[in-house]
Order: sequence, then structure tokens, then C-alpha cells
Amino acid sequence: MADAVKEKRKVSEELFDSAPPVTIDGTREPIVVVDDLHIIYRVYGAGGKGNAASAFSRVLRREHRPTMKEVHAIRGLSFVAYKGDAIGVIGTNGSGKSTLLKAIAGLLPPESGGVYTAGQPSLLGVNAALMNDLTGERNIVLGCLAMGMSPDEVKAKYDEIVKFAGLKEGFIQLPMRAYSSGMGSRLRFAIAASKSHDVLLIDEALATGDAKFRRKSAKKIDELREEAGAVFLVAHQLDSIKEMCNRVLWIDEGTLVMDGDTDTVVDAYSEATAK
Amino acid sequence: MNGHPSLAEFATGFGLKQSAARPPLGSYIRQLWQRRHFIWAFASAKNIAMYTESRLGQVWQVLTPLLNAAVYYLIFGLLLNTSRGLPHNTFIPFLVTGVFLFTFTQRSVNSGAKSVGDNLSLIRALHFPRATLPLAYTIIELQQLLVSMVVLFLIVLGFGEPLTLNWLLLVPVLLMQLLFNVGISLALARIGAFNRDIQQLLPFLLRTWLYFSGIIYSLSGLMKSSKIHHHPWIGHILEANPAYVYVELSRLSLLGSYRTYVHQKLNEPTMHLWWYGVAWAVVMFLVGFWFFFRAEERYGRG
Repeated sequence: MADAVKEKRKVSEELFDSAPPVTIDGTREPIVVVDDLHIIYRVYGAGGKGNAASAFSRVLRREHRPTMKEVHAIRGLSFVAYKGDAIGVIGTNGSGKSTLLKAIAGLLPPESGGVYTAGQPSLLGVNAALMNDLTGERNIVLGCLAMGMSPDEVKAKYDEIVKFAGLKEGFIQLPMRAYSSGMGSRLRFAIAASKSHDVLLIDEALATGDAKFRRKSAKKIDELREEAGAVFLVAHQLDSIKEMCNRVLWIDEGTLVMDGDTDTVVDAYSEATAK
Repeated sequence: MNGHPSLAEFATGFGLKQSAARPPLGSYIRQLWQRRHFIWAFASAKNIAMYTESRLGQVWQVLTPLLNAAVYYLIFGLLLNTSRGLPHNTFIPFLVTGVFLFTFTQRSVNSGAKSVGDNLSLIRALHFPRATLPLAYTIIELQQLLVSMVVLFLIVLGFGEPLTLNWLLLVPVLLMQLLFNVGISLALARIGAFNRDIQQLLPFLLRTWLYFSGIIYSLSGLMKSSKIHHHPWIGHILEANPAYVYVELSRLSLLGSYRTYVHQKLNEPTMHLWWYGVAWAVVMFLVGFWFFFRAEERYGRG
């Protein structure tokens, strides 16, 4: 088991050698430091014959579960983010962007290496805490409490959230399963964006809804960015990255391909993916 | 490594902290206390959401324990007649009290074991002390218990038990049981998070526990009547079982006729049960909390 990890690390370190070395800018205050980070997911229930006899013989032979697969999602990433940075993270599907954000938020424990942060980084997303069977009203309270607000803060923010979500009259008293997907995501975004964060992590697909709401949410994200020490944005639309970020990380297969100012990296990325 | 071994030192030099590190115990408890409103809101929300699909809705909170008690009465009261000398009018309240209170512990254990695994998406999306989850699941069960308590009181009164000041003793008994349940559900939450097989095993363990705990028969009656009364140590072991302790203490508080039966007819002391109850609650809570806390940073890796 441990050997397997070492083996994988060796491979990734070879890959890593081709990646740009990390340079430290001594004049700026760091807010997130990612040091040779490795993240391995364990996924159960993949493959295997799936009958009792084969499972039993496996137990007898003291083999590991074939149904457990390890996914080495981040393979030795290092970089330093400074106060005031707005960093875009780009890469193809499955390159490890979302995993990186979760690791920065401290939600996925690293296999080795580490993530060091000043303050508490938080993902912009409370979807998981909300329940479809509950009314919008109750979900607002639940979501805000889940993000760590006190009941008084929830009360203070409540009207603002309802107004921002802009639901049709009466819908706030209906269970969320009765909402259209657009309404649901608007309410979720409104709840998520109601709290200010030290380090803000924004995963893609947040800017859903109609054009009017997209503009509204882009403005809201701008506001949040001004309050936060640093922002990470994962997005596939390179336009929104160009618009909002001063620096971009290009990730592929869990390693860093390029780290630099927005135009340089986005141009290189567009050129590479256009092939 | 790779020519920049100082990155971690550089980070700590600026006072940055590991984001996935386990906080010290003191601040962990403080964070947990800050989340108390979330724990209660989460539990209430789950309770509401649980029955939204069924037509009877929240009525099932009452119906489920009632039906359970009815089944046990049918089998153990009528068919097998396990009342062992208990007067008939006492046996039904005796049985129902036992089933309701054991269900509280049983369900806390079951849902505790699932509390981390069922909420991986929540764990992977938000930052909060993970002990919130098993705690919230125990609160769900507490809320359900409080509903079934009303039913229990009606049944007990209906069978002619008097309403006395002794009923107030139920409050400390339930508090001890709650503390015990929180502890055991925290412990199982950690076991269940890393070893899903436990969920297949738990039903058998819990059923065995049920049959050993004198829920559907009177343990003192069993010790008096059958062959094992030559081996009193068996009785001492069975008596120290936490499920038995809490169930028996609630029966002694609620059921006047049972109290008279135990104290006067069987001539048994019951004071030591209180000490067992306190000890189990405190030890299980502390051990469970510590055990869960030790793996705090590893939940969510799957």
C-alpha cells in the first residue's frame, strides 16, 4: 500500500520536473501556500465480479478489495498565492481543478504534502446542506447555519437573500423540489454568496440562470472578491477568467503545466487545446 | 524536494496554518458549540423531510414504536408468555417502556454509523466540526423519542399507573441515556466511516443486545425462575448492561406497580443501577468523543 503511493509519487515527481519551479516573491504577503500536494481518492464499488463466491475467496486469500480503486487526482502541485490575487484555474475535464479547490478548502485530506492558508478558505457552495423536501424559507436558514452563521446573522441576511434570489411570489414557502432548476440554482447561489470569506473558492457552473441573473451574480462575486483576501475561480469560459483574474494556473493530469499572468497562460492554453 | 524544501517553512514563517489539520481539542469544542443551532436545525429538517412522501406524515413517528410494541406484545406477551410472574396490567406498560427506550439507543447506534458516510457531499463542501453529524443524528432520535414519550405516558396512564412525583426521575434517566447515545453514536460514526461492513453487521448485534437487555422479559424474573439462578454472576453481568440500566431505571420511575413488585415482592435493591447509569453515560461520552475526534481530519476522504 505505502509502496504503491511511493511508486505513484516517483512517477509524478518525474512529471513535476517539467513543471515550472515555484518562485517566492518576498515582497508580498502569502495567503495560500500549496506544497507538493498529493490527493488520492478512494472509490468503492468499482469493478469486481460482484458475486459472493469471488468475494469470499478474496477474503480467504487476504487480497485487497478489487472494488476499491484509487484515483490519484493531484500529483505534486506547488504554488504560492498572495493577498489580493484573483487566480483562475483552467484545465480539461478531470484534470483535478475541483479537487484542488476542495484541498485548499481543507475538505479533502492530502495524502502527502500540504496546504497552508491564512484564515479559513471556503468553497462557494452550500448545495449539499440543502434539502429538496424543505421549503425555500427553511433551506435559507439551514444553509446559513451550515456556513457557520449565528441565528441573528441569519435573520439579518434573510431578506437580502430572498431579494437576491428573486423568486416568484409565494415560491419561498414551497418545497425546493417544486422549483425549476434555474430557480433552485438562483436560491443556492444567493445563500452561498451571503457570507464573506477570508479565501473564496468558486467552482464553475455557478453562473447559471438567465442573462439578468448572470450579470447580478458576476457583480456579487466581484463584491465578495473585494472583501476576501484571495479568490480562486474554476471556469471553462475563458472569458470570465480573463475578466476577473490577474493570474492563472493551468492544470493537467493533476500537475501544474503553467502558472503566470492571465493573458500568457490563457493564450498558451487556447493554443494547446485548439489542436 | 524538487529544489524548494523551504515552501512549508516559508508558509509557517508567515503564520499560515495547515488547512486540513485537526484543531486543538479546546477550539474544536468551541466550534462545535457554535454549531449548536445548526445541529438542531439539521435534525428538525431531517425529521420533517423523513415523512414528506408518506400520506400519514409525522403520524408515523408515533405509529412506528406503537406497532413495534404491538408485535412484541403479540409474540412475547401472548404466544410465549414471558411475563414471568409480572401482573398482566404491569406487563404491557413494562414492555412498551422497554421497547420505546431501547429503540432510542438502537436507532442512535444505527444512524450514528451512517452519519458520516451518508453526508460525504456535505463534508466535502463545507467546513465544520464533523462531530456535528453524529450529534445531529442523535438529536433526530431524541426528537422522535420525545414524541413517542407522549404516547408512552398515555399508555401507562391508561393501564392505571398513578401519576406521581417519581415520574420526574425520568428526566435524569433520559439525560444519562442521551449522553450515552451520543457517545456510542460518535464511536460508531468513526467505525462506520472507514468500514462500511459494520452496517451489515449492526442489525444482528443490536438484536442480540435487545434480547440480552431484559426488554421483553423481566430480568429479575428470569434470574429467580430458571436454572441460571445458581450462577448469580450472570445476573450481575446482565445487570451492568447499559441498555438494561436505562430501561430499568425508567420503568422504576414510571411504573408504580412495577416498583412495588421489584422492591417488595422480589426484595431487590435498585440504587446501584443509578451508579451504573452515571458511569456508562460519562465513560461512553468521553471515550466516544475522543475516539471520533482523533480521526477528525480524515473524514471525507472516502
